[in-house]
Amino acid sequence: MPMSPVSASVPALRAEFGPAVERHLVSCGDTIVYVGRDRSHDVLAWLRDTPGQQFDYLTDVTAVEYRDPELPLEVVYQLRSLSRKADLRVKVALDKREPLEVRSVVDLWRGADWLEREAYDMFGVVFIGHPDLRRILMWETYAEGFPLRKDFPLRGHFSRAEQTRQALAANPEAHYSLEELSIADAFDELPADMRERLARGERGFLK
Amino acid sequence: MGLTNPAAQHRGDEITTIGAVSPNWVTTRLDFLTNWARANSLWPMPFGTACCAIEYMATAASRFDIARFGMERQAFSPRQADVLICAGRLPFKLAPVIRRIWDQMPQPKWSISMGACASSGGIFDNYSMVQGIDTIIPVDVYVPGCPPRPEGLMYGILLLQKKIKGESFTDDSLRDEKLVGPSGLFLPAERVDELSEPFGNSVHQTRSA
Repeated sequence: MPMSPVSASVPALRAEFGPAVERHLVSCGDTIVYVGRDRSHDVLAWLRDTPGQQFDYLTDVTAVEYRDPELPLEVVYQLRSLSRKADLRVKVALDKREPLEVRSVVDLWRGADWLEREAYDMFGVVFIGHPDLRRILMWETYAEGFPLRKDFPLRGHFSRAEQTRQALAANPEAHYSLEELSIADAFDELPADMRERLARGERGFLK
Repeated sequence: MGLTNPAAQHRGDEITTIGAVSPNWVTTRLDFLTNWARANSLWPMPFGTACCAIEYMATAASRFDIARFGMERQAFSPRQADVLICAGRLPFKLAPVIRRIWDQMPQPKWSISMGACASSGGIFDNYSMVQGIDTIIPVDVYVPGCPPRPEGLMYGILLLQKKIKGESFTDDSLRDEKLVGPSGLFLPAERVDELSEPFGNSVHQTRSA
């Protein structure tokens, strides 16, 4: 009988964090680890920084709400180690009776910025410590709620006329973040070679 | 008879517009000329959002070619366009954008709603999609399909040409700008709700089809 290919990270995690690692399972060849909410940031930082783990690429941050209303809402982190070519899925279960909050991992992986914004927009999970937590898929003043929650009706809460009215009233140019605006303002302060490259339309280095 | 309406001349400070004319033989000849010119030189503003845009590009390319119908130049600036071809689904987030693009187009302008999503919301009857762009802008021709075949889009363009050829400059209401009203909507709210009503199987939210 073939052994389930549990990732080697699981015993290492249990050795390091003990009770914070709640359980693990293997599904379709993927290892899934459930971690307590309080130490989620520590666990993910350890997974990124420890030499044997090196999960330097955050593939995705998303959330799941199951049809059974008593199951908790889970925030899912899909990690990948580019050097070791290994995957790991870390889940943090959030009890729906309490506020849906978890620490942001933007300081660990910059890519988590927009990924967490999407999870916030669709599920209402607040990522504590996120520099710019606002809606990303729906418009910023969207008032109907969080669309991918199970108690959100498919067509939204408002009537179509109201949705159209609110959509037409939204200002599409108000979407820029403070960072993007400050970059635009600070164009003159950029180094000369960078300004030239931007003016030529180049993005980034090609070596 | 003649080019000015005698009644208009007596209207005090009102300017006698060329539209305030009673139709006669001369106007029909002018109409013929104007409409022929307009119909055969429609410059499209391709408002392509999704899959229909791919079919639009295919229609514009060499095998099907809308240039032979006068759509030689794709006008990506609405200021220089005649027809807005909305090819693809429109999320509510994009609604103010298409409204602004439409408002920026000068008269005479027409619009083609290409595909099921632009015409009625298509398969996306949900919280984020506009259920037909006719709730946002006035539409002249609807082209059904998901996506419509290039032949289908060309048929729609030919229908629009036929519609244009049937217009008359004596009809003022044709070139009216239908702006977004003070209620924040371009149509009355009940009309928007009516147009957006689910139909067919999608009335039942719990079913998968």
